[in-house]
Amino acid sequence: MQSSNHRVITLQDLHKVYDLGEVKVPALRGVNLSVERGEFVAIMGASGSGKSTMMNIIGCLDRPTSGRYYLDGQDVSELTSAERAQIRNRKIGFIFQQFNLLSRTSALENVELPMLYAGVPSEKRHGLARAALELVGLADRSDHHPSQLSGGQQQRVAIARALVNQPSILLADEPTGNLDSRTSSEIMELLELLNRQQGLLVVLVTHEADIAAHARRVVFMRDGLILRDLALSGDRHQKLEALHHIMAEVEEELTQARN
Amino acid sequence: MEVSNTLRIALRALARNKMRSALTMLGIVIGVSAVIAMVAVGQGAEKQVQQQIQSFGTNTVMISAGSPAKRPGGARQGFWAVKTLVLEDMEAIQREVPLIAKCAPGTMSSQQVVFRNQNWYTRLMGTTGDYLAVRDWPLQAGNMFGDDEVRGAQNVAVLGKTVADILFVGEEPVGQTIRIRNLPFQVIGVLAPKGQSPMGDDQDDRIYVPYTTLQKKISGQDWLQFLSCTAVSREASVAAVPQITALLRERHRIRPGEDDDFQVRTQSEVADLAEQTSRVMTLLLGSIASISLLVGGIGIMNIMLVSVTERTREIGIRMAVGATEMDIQRQFLVEAVTLSLLGGTIGIVLGTAASGLISGFLGWPVAVSIQAIIVAALFSAGVGIFFGYYPARQAARLDPIEALRYE
Repeated sequence: MQSSNHRVITLQDLHKVYDLGEVKVPALRGVNLSVERGEFVAIMGASGSGKSTMMNIIGCLDRPTSGRYYLDGQDVSELTSAERAQIRNRKIGFIFQQFNLLSRTSALENVELPMLYAGVPSEKRHGLARAALELVGLADRSDHHPSQLSGGQQQRVAIARALVNQPSILLADEPTGNLDSRTSSEIMELLELLNRQQGLLVVLVTHEADIAAHARRVVFMRDGLILRDLALSGDRHQKLEALHHIMAEVEEELTQARN
Repeated sequence: MEVSNTLRIALRALARNKMRSALTMLGIVIGVSAVIAMVAVGQGAEKQVQQQIQSFGTNTVMISAGSPAKRPGGARQGFWAVKTLVLEDMEAIQREVPLIAKCAPGTMSSQQVVFRNQNWYTRLMGTTGDYLAVRDWPLQAGNMFGDDEVRGAQNVAVLGKTVADILFVGEEPVGQTIRIRNLPFQVIGVLAPKGQSPMGDDQDDRIYVPYTTLQKKISGQDWLQFLSCTAVSREASVAAVPQITALLRERHRIRPGEDDDFQVRTQSEVADLAEQTSRVMTLLLGSIASISLLVGGIGIMNIMLVSVTERTREIGIRMAVGATEMDIQRQFLVEAVTLSLLGGTIGIVLGTAASGLISGFLGWPVAVSIQAIIVAALFSAGVGIFFGYYPARQAARLDPIEALRYE
């Protein structure tokens, strides 16, 4: 598995069961997936399909009940809480639907936050944070607090924060869910740009086809399993068409299965 | 994460809710200042008691005639009724009990004292020149009488401060002549003020004359009421008691089984009791005040728990970007300790000021000790750690996924 040094994420027969006391709810029922450096993967699925659970495990916020998760060749499926915190700090950048910036804290300090926990000295921290803000086009907003920024700007700050420790994976969980369509596409174009220019591995969780159309690979999930896993190519229009086609197909299968 | 950053984050979090932080601190401020002020009052009292005891001499051994024990006849032998204590007893003690350094005899008589048109009813005490050495009592003016005056039973007097102040208004007493029972006495010295004895009587309301003069010219008695001795140390004063008792029993021909006709007491017993009493008082005051510190600590815990709930999402964000449980726990603990230490510092200042006010307005003796301040500082830090630990633990144990979803 770890043979390929391009392989960043390797999931092997991943199971996750939520123990709710009397009932055990399976959220993942044997997921296999591998993602390489430079990919842009969209994970799609209805709510309850297991995509959030998988996302949390990939982001080292949660541990699988069984199965293996290799990140950059390292088995991270059974790390302690402190070890997982370190992995999140060094290898994973998160962006969320709610932006999740610290309120009443400047954009610059928000971007510095991961470096604070990485122990980067303050001089270097300021410089890197400024560079990251510049990268997302917010150099002139570094002193603004989140409440003084628009939704799109807040998400850009979040992207700068996610990138500042140079992670192996950028995990985007419905990153445009709280944005209007124009801002949404701006954010997605920024992610595309980062992916193309810097070879950043982006894993995007979404249920919207036109957001997923920015990716170059799509993974469909249902009932804790991966239903489809395929590459997207062509221009945006062609990708969208392909996506709609797959979604219709999946829908069809579902109806047949019910009958 | 670096300590300075943790501290900075904590200070900023506290600054965000200034009113709340101030009120939370107030609990600790009141607690600490109460502890400091109460302990200062207690220790002030303790110090005063110690001074009183020292004024009597901690090594002092008092041998008085008579005993509180009942005699076979049923009547108690009072202080004044027993005639067996004599000067030879004192000489024997000095000769045969090496633990005793010095002794002075004492015989008392209450008399009217007259100087011109002033008069005062006071107690005369007949003794020797050694009495001042035994009591470690300095003169304010003039001299003490010596062996010559004692041998010659001369009419000389040394006045206690109270007597001197009453009889001589705006006049120098030394060299004047006062009249006691119509006998002229020359004032040769005035003693420095000594204050109250541990039993509460004014030790300065006395006139000292040679015991020979008192016995022969005033009281007509040839026995002594007491001997005032000083031992070589405080421990020796206790150890000397059985030796003196044995010696005097032998000299007074008291058979085994019979009660003593004298009483030997040391200042040490009185001192121990008084010190213990005032220490208990300090402890009592301190512990009552500590309760308010405890209440302040509970206030911190309460606010920290509220803060953890309010900042659940912040905790989630910090965890997502790489804060460990330890980082989060430390952050909240530092916040709690900052609150309590800041409150403690203000409390120390206020408590010291309050102690000053108490001594200024109420005239109580207070003693703000460095130990009390150090203990208060450590205690308030301890309160922060103790009451901050649980909320910090709660914060650290949050599930990052849940915390991020928290509205």
